[in-house]
Amino acid sequence: MEPIKVFTGKTAVMDRKNVDTDQIIPKQFLKRIERSGFGQFLFFNWRFDEEGNDRPDFELNQEQNKGASILIAGENFGCGSSREHAPWALLDYGFNIVIAPSFADIFRNNCMKNGIVPIVLTEEQVAELMKKGVESGYELTIDLPNQKVYDQSGFEAEFEFHPYWKEMLVNGWDEISITEQYEEQIKSYEQQKMPISSI
Amino acid sequence: MGKSIIEKIWERHIVAAEENKPDLLYIDLQFIHEVTSPQAFEGLRLKGRKVRRPDRTFATMDHNVPTINRYFIQDEIAQKQLSALEQNCKEFGIRLADLDSPEQGIVHVIGPELGLTQPGMTIVCGDSHTSTHGAFGSIAFGIGTSEVEHVLATQTLWQTKPKTLKLEVNGKLGKGVNAKDVILYIISKFGVDFGTGYIIEYCGEVFENMSMEERMTVCNMSIEGGARAGLVAPDETTFSYIKGRKYAPKGEEFERAVEDWKSLASDEDAVYDREIVLDGSAIPPMVSWGTNPGMASGVDAMIPRESDGTFDPVELKNALQYMGLKEGQAITDIEVQHVFIGSCTNSRIEDLRQAASMLEGQKVHQGVRAMVVPGSQNVKKQAEEEGLDQIFKAAGFEWRDSGCSMCLGMNPDGVPAGEHCASTSNRNFEGRQGAGARTHLVSPAMAVAAAITGKFVDIRTWEAPTVGAH
Ligand code: SF4
Repeated sequence: MEPIKVFTGKTAVMDRKNVDTDQIIPKQFLKRIERSGFGQFLFFNWRFDEEGNDRPDFELNQEQNKGASILIAGENFGCGSSREHAPWALLDYGFNIVIAPSFADIFRNNCMKNGIVPIVLTEEQVAELMKKGVESGYELTIDLPNQKVYDQSGFEAEFEFHPYWKEMLVNGWDEISITEQYEEQIKSYEQQKMPISSI
Repeated sequence: MGKSIIEKIWERHIVAAEENKPDLLYIDLQFIHEVTSPQAFEGLRLKGRKVRRPDRTFATMDHNVPTINRYFIQDEIAQKQLSALEQNCKEFGIRLADLDSPEQGIVHVIGPELGLTQPGMTIVCGDSHTSTHGAFGSIAFGIGTSEVEHVLATQTLWQTKPKTLKLEVNGKLGKGVNAKDVILYIISKFGVDFGTGYIIEYCGEVFENMSMEERMTVCNMSIEGGARAGLVAPDETTFSYIKGRKYAPKGEEFERAVEDWKSLASDEDAVYDREIVLDGSAIPPMVSWGTNPGMASGVDAMIPRESDGTFDPVELKNALQYMGLKEGQAITDIEVQHVFIGSCTNSRIEDLRQAASMLEGQKVHQGVRAMVVPGSQNVKKQAEEEGLDQIFKAAGFEWRDSGCSMCLGMNPDGVPAGEHCASTSNRNFEGRQGAGARTHLVSPAMAVAAAITGKFVDIRTWEAPTVGAH
């Protein structure tokens, strides 16, 4: 996982609520056994028509959103299934940051395991960013260590982030190697506390 | 201060609790299926890691498997995924219910059926409907593939303690109203994200009176309300369901286990972060009309109007456009061309018994294609022993092998664009049952009535056509 500290990038606005993982990456693309190459299928049904051409009214097909690495979205983003293919597709397409008023729990976790930073701002702040974001070339900076989002024209907001996940992301650590340092505790748990029943 | 069952189970599983860190939680049981596991096993291989507790891991094939000619998998990539699972299970020593196994089925159906799912456990699976297993009084939740890999390697997960929500439904359910209606009603009332950040404890008379199968239907859809997990405290209904199942504790061990399970129930004075109390007698048979499970109404209602202000106008407009419906339209006016009885929400033997009981002497409406997909090969076998398959077939239903099937249509089963399907599954997202497919979530009873009449009817007052009449 690539470490993320201070990140500046172009924004794309997706003013929709309850965007579910079935839309982010439709099921027909879940059959691959690799982690890579999902970006081409991101938002497939919204992005392309039956002939495979771009749908001009879909947000990410619009000129001002091309090349964006920060997605600004509505509440409850990523609801639905646990498919990690959703963050894989977002990352592969080029998004490193998603900002929304709220996220579905599993999706949020999946993002953090893959080096995508899910940032929760208030509805008002997100609304303001959506307004600004429709300007072509609008850029934001995310300072993860200091938990701040700001732009060049006076917007500044702080966000909450669990210190544990922050440390993971900022250092780009492999979580399993961290947990392996707890081997003694896990062993002693298994010896003393395992449930009685075998399965 | 007393503790809730959620806190009790959580505390039992803490391996390490340090300041500024989530808790390191021990996981008692992990289920694996073909879609969300290949990358996890690949990760293990890359780092030379082993599966820590193959004895606490159980795998099955469900999402991709065809429900007719199951060995003839035309889709090469699907076949690759199934072979990968087989290979991974062999390499890492994990039990697998493969296509040949009489135990094969949808992961959330077979876990309880085999007695693997037990009270007080922490259970995970790379699938959001893992919440189903909470029906047994366990903390069960869906995880992503990275977490699957983490559990395979360490049998633990770093988890921040969720908030607790007590959801009490009292009173008696009306005639024709069942578990599916209860959970759809709750989600339609409080929205698709009311449970985000919470584990729900379902309690009160309505859940106490439910069978294990009905409790599973409710817990299954916890995630549709945003909650990663939902549970019901274990009681005699739970214990007698578990007793005698293949992997359940036996004899004296079972007695001891029951004693322990009894101690899990929430203390009288337990405190929750949020509490909701509802009256069960007010719940109607439900039908979803939109593109998420919160967009559902009683069958006797009208589709909401923008002017009601209950839905975001853009969301409502998009949903109705996709569904080909109009605001203010009566739900009972919606015609269906497909009926699907199946999925981890409603494909257990009790669901099939209930559906079949309404079909005796009836025929599927002309122009309706109806299908039953049992949740597991065991369910299928049991149903055939009881002759249910004959009833379904005589009425004009297709009778299939087990799998996820038309719940998400990763296998060849699906609904064509623009057509409506009365489905006992759990998600009505755009394209879920096929590109352009229009899904209506309903109970098995409502699905059967729709199969007979070709549209939604209020089963509280509806009378099936007289047998033999034309
Ligand atoms: S039946 Fe549907 S919801 Fe259940 S595990 Fe299969 S695909 Fe997921």
